[in-house]
Amino acid sequence: MATKPQAFDPKSQPGFGFVAGATIVALYLPIIVLVAFAFNATSSLGIWGGLSLNWFIKAWNNQQIVDAAIFSLWLALVAGALATMMATLAALAMTRTAPYRGQTLAYALINQPLIVPEIVTAISLLIVFSAVKATTGYSGAGYLVLAHTAFCIPFAYLPIRARLEGMDLTFETAAADLYANPWKTFLHITLPGMFPGILAGFMLAFVVSLDDVVITELVKSGGQETLPTFMLGQVRRDMTPEVNAAATLLLIPSILLVTAVHLINRRK
Amino acid sequence: MADAAEVARRYQAAAARRRWILKAPALLTILLASFGPLAVMLVYSVMEKGNYGGVAFGQFSLDGWTAVFFKYDPFDETTSLVVANLTVFLRSIKLALVTTIAALLVGFPTAYFIATRPAESRSQWLLLITIPFWTNLLVRTFAIMGLLSNQGLVNNALIWSGVIDKPLQMLFTDGAVLAGLVYVYLPLMVLPVYASLERMDFRLVEAGYDLYATRWKVLRHIVIPSCKPGLIAGSILVFIPAIGAYVTPRILGGGKNMMMGNLIELQFGQGRNWPLGAALSITLLAIVTVALVVYIRNTAGKGGAHGH
Repeated sequence: MATKPQAFDPKSQPGFGFVAGATIVALYLPIIVLVAFAFNATSSLGIWGGLSLNWFIKAWNNQQIVDAAIFSLWLALVAGALATMMATLAALAMTRTAPYRGQTLAYALINQPLIVPEIVTAISLLIVFSAVKATTGYSGAGYLVLAHTAFCIPFAYLPIRARLEGMDLTFETAAADLYANPWKTFLHITLPGMFPGILAGFMLAFVVSLDDVVITELVKSGGQETLPTFMLGQVRRDMTPEVNAAATLLLIPSILLVTAVHLINRRK
Repeated sequence: MADAAEVARRYQAAAARRRWILKAPALLTILLASFGPLAVMLVYSVMEKGNYGGVAFGQFSLDGWTAVFFKYDPFDETTSLVVANLTVFLRSIKLALVTTIAALLVGFPTAYFIATRPAESRSQWLLLITIPFWTNLLVRTFAIMGLLSNQGLVNNALIWSGVIDKPLQMLFTDGAVLAGLVYVYLPLMVLPVYASLERMDFRLVEAGYDLYATRWKVLRHIVIPSCKPGLIAGSILVFIPAIGAYVTPRILGGGKNMMMGNLIELQFGQGRNWPLGAALSITLLAIVTVALVVYIRNTAGKGGAHGH
C-alpha cells in the first residue's frame, strides 16, 4: 500500500486495503485456530502440545459422534434433494412467463423461510409438531425432513431461478420448430441448460441443512441427534479437542461445496 | 370468431393450472412447515396457558401478551413492569444496533477495497468473504469461544506478552456476544455493499478530484451517496439475524446475557409459559418485519439483491 506521490490512483482510499486485509485475517484466524487445536496432542484448547491425530481417532471411535454425523448427512441429502426437486418445478412455473395473478404471493411464500428468525420458526414448529406427535404417536425423522425441506427450498430456488432467467429461449423455440414435443424439448434442451443451476441449488440446500442447529434442536425427537445439535450439547461440559475434530469435519463439505458453486457460476 | 377466443382462453387456463401444479409441492411444504405454524403460534399467543406447558384450548386470554411487559401480583393486586423481559429486549436491540454499526465500519472499507481490485482478483476476494458466510454458524461461534475462553489464544497471548497476569473473563459477557455477532454476520454487510459499489461510476470520483475535492470529500459526497442502497441493504441484512440471534448469545453469553431468542426458548423449556413465548416470538417477528419493509422499499426496482 505504499503510495507513490506521482502515481495517484483516484480509486484508492488510505487504510481501506489494511481494513480489507484485517477483515480476511479476522474471518479466518478463529477457524484456523479451531482446526489447529483439533490436531493438538494434549487436551488443551489454548496451549499447543504437539501434533497428533488423537482427537480425530477419539471422535471416530465415539459412537455418538459417528451416529450424529451419519444422521446429519442422511438428513441433508434427503431434505436437499426434496427441496431441489420442488424448487426446480416451482422455478419452471415462475420464470419466463408473463406476469400473472398470484405470482407475487407465490414468490413471497417461497422466500418466507428466509425472512423469519430461525428461533421463531423453530418454536412454531415445536408447537405444531408436538401436537401432531401427541395425536398420531409418530415420532420418526419425518418431522425433521419436512422442516429441513421447507427452509432449504428458498436456497435451492435462488440459483435455479437465476439460471433459468439467464437462459436463451431460442433453443427451445428451435426444438419446437423441429417438431420436438414439449416433454422432449424439456428433457433435451431445458433440463441440460438449467443443470448447473440445479446442481448449485442442491449444494446450497445441502449445506444449509447440514448447518442448521436451532430448528433441528427444537424439532428432533430422541435418537435424532445431528452433528451440530451434538456439539451444542457439549458446550456446558468440559470441552476437549474432540469437539474441534467434529467441527473440522463439519467445515469440509461447506468449504468444498461453496468453492464448487463459485467455480460453476464463473464458468457459465 | 368466438371459437378462437375460447381456444385462447382454454389455453391460458391450462397454462395457469400447469403453473400451479408445478408450484404446489414447494408451496405446500412451506405452508405446512413454515408459514402455517406461524399462524398456529398466533392462535397460541391468545390462549390460556396450560399447567404443564402447552395451552388450554378454547380458553381465550390475553395474559401471554400482557406478560411480555407486565406482571400481575395476586397478593397485593398490583401490576408491575417485568424488568427482566424489558432488559432482554433492550439488550437485543442494543446489541443488534451496535453489531450493525461495527459491521458497517469494517464492511464498507472492505467492500470498497474489493470493488476497486482488478476483475480477476475481485472474484477471489469475494470467494474469501463468501466461504465463512456459508460455513457452519455453530462452528464459527465455537471458534470465537475458543479464542475468548480463559485458556484461549487471546488470554494466553496477553499473559505471554505481559499485558495481564491472570486471564480476563471475556466469555459470557455482552462484549463476547457482540464480537460473535459481528464475526458471524459481517459477510452479509460486505456482499450487498460490494454489489452496489461495483455498479458505481468511478468517473464521478475522478471528476471530484478534478474539482479539487479531498479524499474524504470524495468519499463523503460521491462514494457513500452512490452506494447508499447497498449500505442500507447490508445494515438490514445484518440487523435482522442479529436481533433474532439464538446460538451466538447462548454460547458466548451464557445464561445471564440472554437475547430475545433465548428468552423465547426459555418459555418453552423451564418457563412453561407457551402463550408468553408465542407472544414474544410474534413481537420479534414484528420488529423483523418492520426492518424488512424498510429493506424492500429501499431495494425495490434497483435490483439490490446480493450474491448467489
